Amino acid sequence: MINWIEKQRYIIDFTISSLLRRKVKNFGLLALYTLIVFMLASTMFFTYSIKKEAALILKGAPEIVVQKIVAGQHDLLPVSYIDTIKKIRGVAAVESRLWGYYYDSLVSANYTLLTPFTDDDSTDNTQSSAKKTVVESGSGNQQLDDTSKPLFELGDAVLEPGTLIIGNGIARLRNIGKGDYMPFRAFDGNVMNFNIAGTLSSQSELVSSDLMLITEEGFRKLFGIDKNYVTDVTVAVSNPSEVEMAASKIRKRLSEARPIARDEILRTYDSIFNWRGGMMIVIFSAAVLAFVIFAWDKASGLSAGEKREIGILKAVGWETSDVIQMKFWEGAKVSLTAFFTGVILAYVHVFFTGSIVFEPALKGWSNLYPNFKLTPFVNLEQLTTLFFLTVVPYTVATIIPIWRAATIDPDSAMRFTGE
Amino acid sequence: MRNSSLFILYISCGVILLSLMLVHASFSENAQQANLEEKAALVKILKLTDLCLFTEARYTRHLSQADLNTAFQDHPLSLEHFPSGSFTQPLERISEHR
Repeated sequence: MINWIEKQRYIIDFTISSLLRRKVKNFGLLALYTLIVFMLASTMFFTYSIKKEAALILKGAPEIVVQKIVAGQHDLLPVSYIDTIKKIRGVAAVESRLWGYYYDSLVSANYTLLTPFTDDDSTDNTQSSAKKTVVESGSGNQQLDDTSKPLFELGDAVLEPGTLIIGNGIARLRNIGKGDYMPFRAFDGNVMNFNIAGTLSSQSELVSSDLMLITEEGFRKLFGIDKNYVTDVTVAVSNPSEVEMAASKIRKRLSEARPIARDEILRTYDSIFNWRGGMMIVIFSAAVLAFVIFAWDKASGLSAGEKREIGILKAVGWETSDVIQMKFWEGAKVSLTAFFTGVILAYVHVFFTGSIVFEPALKGWSNLYPNFKLTPFVNLEQLTTLFFLTVVPYTVATIIPIWRAATIDPDSAMRFTGE
Repeated sequence: MRNSSLFILYISCGVILLSLMLVHASFSENAQQANLEEKAALVKILKLTDLCLFTEARYTRHLSQADLNTAFQDHPLSLEHFPSGSFTQPLERISEHR
């Protein structure tokens, strides 16, 4: 065993010297290979973590959201629909939502204005004997039920008429905070000034960066929405297994309604950054093409110098198996070095620098972008997949042409000149 | 030091760093639990449906609530032109709702 180890070490010594003889070519190859692993690993870490985080956060999303569709577009929903939905068997509670967008031309950013649900809304909209229950699926119910702890960065922020609670992204973009005033141009052209009562926590930017919490009165005044209309409604169902049934009943009773189940919301985020999507396929095809070039370079044969080297080695007593082992170590060294460096750099990139390389693409044309730190959901399975995607193909591609070259006669290999 | 010793040292460091990475990921996951709970609670209280990832267009801001005609949202001949549109996909089973 010791002899075998010592033999392998001599082969490794020899291959490193051999690699260093062609420094420029091999270091170039290593840098490109590392870059490919880095890109693939960064994409994998980022997409997996964001999907997992979305699944955990959005567990508390409404069971069903019902929109009204007119001419294929989302329209305001009449309050009278609420009673119709409440009469459906299995529906536990129906609550209205008032939300919309406001474009701030000063900073060219879109804000999401939302009226938080209050107990008053509950009595208005769910005045029947229907019990208000929100049924959660999965195991995170206890965590989500813990609503007693303060959610806002400023615990004393109270939403009153004429005030706003803003997301941290807006505060950062506009450089404003508690006590400042923010002007809005209302639907009728009048300017409305709102006092900022507080800022939402910076920890929650992934869901609240562009949010503005506003009172119902303020929202209706700003957008000129009549009291008989709401943006959409949320529906809670008594039995979680009946969500699909309730959604289909809503669709039957209200032909203009479009129910969106929580399951669909979760699946939307599960398929985000899917490898088939635009930019993702560009990244993956670039990586695959680069691998094809590597493999082509290796599989298309050896240079005259490499053939001569093999001929000399065989002439001085190396066996075919030794030559193959030497080339195996050569491939393994390049690919393992690229793998370790690429993966570690990708981890630092995604979880310590906030995916700085992807940022321009993710920001797109938006001026308001959340500052969020992803939770590193990394496991052994991902690392194994990356290993088999990167290290194995290259190492195998190195061995195959060598096997062909190593079996030729040393005399004819050495005679070949003209590198 | 022999070249092979340097290589073995590098590979050992790589393995140790990858293991530390997994340990760090596991610890961070636990440490971030309170933060995740805060976000989940905010989603529940405010009845939010989407992550604030792309704010450039209304159908990318609220991916799950987007209109059925997204991609031709602004005009029948207006194809999707926002960069974030290339990261996202239409709502699953969207054809069933049509």
